Amino acid sequence: MAEFWTGYAWPAIWIGLQVVAIIIPLLLCVAYLVYAERKVIAAIHLRRGPNVVGPYGLLQPIADGLKLFFKETVIPTGANRGVFIIAPVLTFTLALIAWAVIPVGDGLVIADINVGILYLFAISSLGVYGILMAGWASNSKYAFLGGLRSAAQMVSYEVSMGFIIISVLLVVGSLNLSDIVNAQRHVWFVIPLFPMAVIFFVSTLAETNRHPFDLPEAEAELVSGYNVEYSSMAFALFFLGEYANMILMSAMTTILFLGGWLPPFNVAPFTWIPGPIWFAAKIAFCLFIFLWVRATFPRYRYDQLMRLGWKVFLPISLAAVVIVGGVVLAFDIQSLVK
Amino acid sequence: MGLLDRSARTIFWAELVSGMALTLKYFFKPKVTLNYPYEKGPLSPRFRGEHALRRYPNGEERCIACKLCEAICPAQAITIEAEPRDDGSRRTTRYDIDMVKCIYCGFCEEACPVDAIVEGPNFEFAAETREELLYDKDKLLANGDRWETELAARLEVDAPYR
Repeated sequence: MAEFWTGYAWPAIWIGLQVVAIIIPLLLCVAYLVYAERKVIAAIHLRRGPNVVGPYGLLQPIADGLKLFFKETVIPTGANRGVFIIAPVLTFTLALIAWAVIPVGDGLVIADINVGILYLFAISSLGVYGILMAGWASNSKYAFLGGLRSAAQMVSYEVSMGFIIISVLLVVGSLNLSDIVNAQRHVWFVIPLFPMAVIFFVSTLAETNRHPFDLPEAEAELVSGYNVEYSSMAFALFFLGEYANMILMSAMTTILFLGGWLPPFNVAPFTWIPGPIWFAAKIAFCLFIFLWVRATFPRYRYDQLMRLGWKVFLPISLAAVVIVGGVVLAFDIQSLVK
Repeated sequence: MGLLDRSARTIFWAELVSGMALTLKYFFKPKVTLNYPYEKGPLSPRFRGEHALRRYPNGEERCIACKLCEAICPAQAITIEAEPRDDGSRRTTRYDIDMVKCIYCGFCEEACPVDAIVEGPNFEFAAETREELLYDKDKLLANGDRWETELAARLEVDAPYR
C-alpha cells in the first residue's frame, strides 16, 4: 500500500497539480488576450473598445464566455456527428498539451524532455487536423474550402519554420528547450539570427491563421471558413484554441529567439525580477505584435501567400541553414554557447 | 528609383515598417469616440428633436388653435380639434402628434405665430411600443414644462436669424 502511494498516487497528484498550475493561468490569459485584442485594435482605430461590463470592460471576456455557454449547440443534419464534435475538442486540446514542455522559468517545466522542440513542432503541426476535420465534417462548401486553405497554408509555412528551427538547433546543439534558453545567456538569438527571427515570426502568423494570413476564415468570401457551422461551446473551443495557439507560438518565438526567462541584461535591477515574469513579459510583447500586425495590414491574396511561403521564405530559410551551419562549424559556436 | 534602392526597400520591408509605425502612432493618439450615454456631442440651437407645447410665464398655454401647424405639416402628423373655452378664448381640446409619422422638418415651429409648438433638444425618446409615440396634448404640455428653460434659451439664441 505504501508503495502505491509513494510510487504511483503522489506522483500522479503532483503532475495533476502542475498541469493545473499551467492550465488555469493559460486559460485566463487566453480570455484576456481576446479582451486585449479588442482594446488594442480599438486604440489603433481611435475607438474605446469594450468598456461597459465591469471596470474598463474587464469582465467582457467572462460575459462573452457565459453567452456562448448558454447557447444551443447546433449540429447540422448533413454533418458527420462524431468528427464534427471531436474537431473543436482536438484543436483546443492540442493548443493546451504543447505547454507540457514549455519552460516558464529555470527548471520550471512539467516535462523536461530532450526532444522538446520536436514535440512542440509535432503538436503545432497536428493542429491542422482539427481544422481539416471541422471543414470536412461540417458538410458545407464554405467550411470545406476554409479547411483546405488552412491545411495548404499550414503545411507551406511549417517547412520554412522547420528550417529556421534547425538553424537555431545547429547553434545550440540540443533539442532541449531549457538548453536552448540557457544558450542565450550571452546574447539572445534574435540579434545574431535576426532575419531568421523575423521570418519565423511571420511564419507563426501564417501557422496560427492570423492576419494578414487569415485566409481560412476570410469573412468576405468564406463567411468565416472552417468554423462557419459551429455554434455555442464548440465554436468557443475553436476560438479559444486559436488564441491559445497564438500564445503558444509567442512562447516558441520567445524561447527560440528572445531568451526565454532570461533578463535582457544580467545585472542587478533586471535579475531581481523572477524568470517567469520575464517570460510572460516577452510573450506579451510578441502577442502585442500579433495584434498590431492585425490592425495594420490587409489580407494577402491566396497566390501571394503561397508565393511568399514557397518562393521567398523556403529558399531563404534553406540558405540560412547552410550559412548558419557553416559558421557554427567554422567558429565552433556550439562550445561557445555551452 | 534605382534597382538597388527598390530591392533594399523590399528586403528591409520599408513599406511594412512605415505602416506599422503609423498604426503605432495612432495607438497613442487620444480616442475620438464619445462615451455616449455619459458624454454627448454639442447640439445646435436649431436642432429639431422631440416636440413640446409651451406656456406663458403665468401658466396659460400659448396655443391659440389657429391650426397653421396642422395645415403645413407635410406628413399630416398633427391633428387638432378646437372650441371656445368658458372665458371665450379659443383653445384646443385635442392636440395630437403622431411621432412615428413626423419627419422632424420643423415647419410646425416655423408656422406657429405664438411660439407654442417647438421642437426641443431632446432626441432620446425611444419607446418600446408604437402607442407610446402617439403624443397627445397632455404629453406635449408636460414636455413643454419639463424643457421650458432650455426651449426659451434656444429660441432666444436663434431669434436674430429668424
